[in-house]
Amino acid sequence: MREKQRLRRTMMFIPGNNPGMMRDAHIYGSDSLMFDLEDSVSMAEKDAARMLVYQALKTIDYGKTELVVRINPLDTPYGRADIEAMVCAGAHVLRMPKTETAQDIIECEKVIEEMERKHHVPVGTTLMMAAIEGAMGVINAYQIATASQRLIGIALGAEDFCANMKCQRTTTGAELQLARQTIVLAARAAGIDALDTVYSDVNNEEQLLYEARLIKDLGFDGKSVINPRQIAPVHGVFAPTQKDIDKAKKIIAAIKEAEARGSGVISVNGKMVDRPVVIRAQRVIELALVSGVITAEEVEAL
Amino acid sequence: MELVKTGMAGTVESGDILVEIEKQNASGVDIQLDSTVMGLYGRRIREVIQETVDSCGVTGIRVTASDKGALDCTIRARVKTALLRACDSQDYGWAVK
Repeated sequence: MREKQRLRRTMMFIPGNNPGMMRDAHIYGSDSLMFDLEDSVSMAEKDAARMLVYQALKTIDYGKTELVVRINPLDTPYGRADIEAMVCAGAHVLRMPKTETAQDIIECEKVIEEMERKHHVPVGTTLMMAAIEGAMGVINAYQIATASQRLIGIALGAEDFCANMKCQRTTTGAELQLARQTIVLAARAAGIDALDTVYSDVNNEEQLLYEARLIKDLGFDGKSVINPRQIAPVHGVFAPTQKDIDKAKKIIAAIKEAEARGSGVISVNGKMVDRPVVIRAQRVIELALVSGVITAEEVEAL
Repeated sequence: MELVKTGMAGTVESGDILVEIEKQNASGVDIQLDSTVMGLYGRRIREVIQETVDSCGVTGIRVTASDKGALDCTIRARVKTALLRACDSQDYGWAVK
């Protein structure tokens, strides 16, 4: 489903030239799927992957899953064709790799708009997200995040970032701390989502959970995953606790009560509730609903 | 489109189809199909291959395909890619419909 604001706890990578994975990708329940035309596809197979993802997106019903396609950069011979094919295929979001400046986004948007006009797709239909994968991108994070109305989020690509920074990935994540905080800060200031990098050892769930908890605490909206086995642990981390839910329920009930009284002042246990608290409570309830911890009927009954 | 060489696309991995397209002297489209689901879907796979070739307006070719349970969309993608490679063409025909 194409929506600028939506839940993005997990975005699962699907190599663009692997039809077996493409067929079953949505059954594991990740909030978004990211079909990759870039790094996971060899140069000799770029045309085949593009055609495969184009045909798959036009044919397979992925239900409510968000459909993202990572395209090749515009300075390669593949970028323009990727954009034209994916605009026609109805991809919800195009992910720009290796974004370094706001100009990268502006140039990509120009091509997207050109293709939307050429194929009579309403201008603005195709959304964008930017992957920040180097020092320059982190420094320009806010300019990137505000470069286009189409942007739904910015993401950290840690492997390329570490290569650029001449450092290694560590178990503590110290090498990514500033990049993560800068990205989440820029995303919040721009009013869009912040999405974390992949954790590539699928057999190490403990470290995946550590990273997921860390980025949730920093304020990220979700994490990229590379294997269906990583989806449930990440969703588990993003699911609110019973204590959070109980508190949020009280706040939502108080909002409804205030509305019924025609009052703009919301109070719980005699204390006035500020707007940021209300927003957090609404997010907790939304997460609890999608995590299956509470039902829509329970929310309705508050 | 005119074939200038033999074109191949796809793999023999599960869910994929390996397609090879070459010129033949006879007119029409000769389809040589081998599939793990021949009994159930052999006729349908042939139809999809034929439709895809027809939509590109190509004739006088032999299509050799080794199918490992590919979906229709995968068959279309692999046949079209093999054809474009065989014709050395970049006329992908992207369209919304």
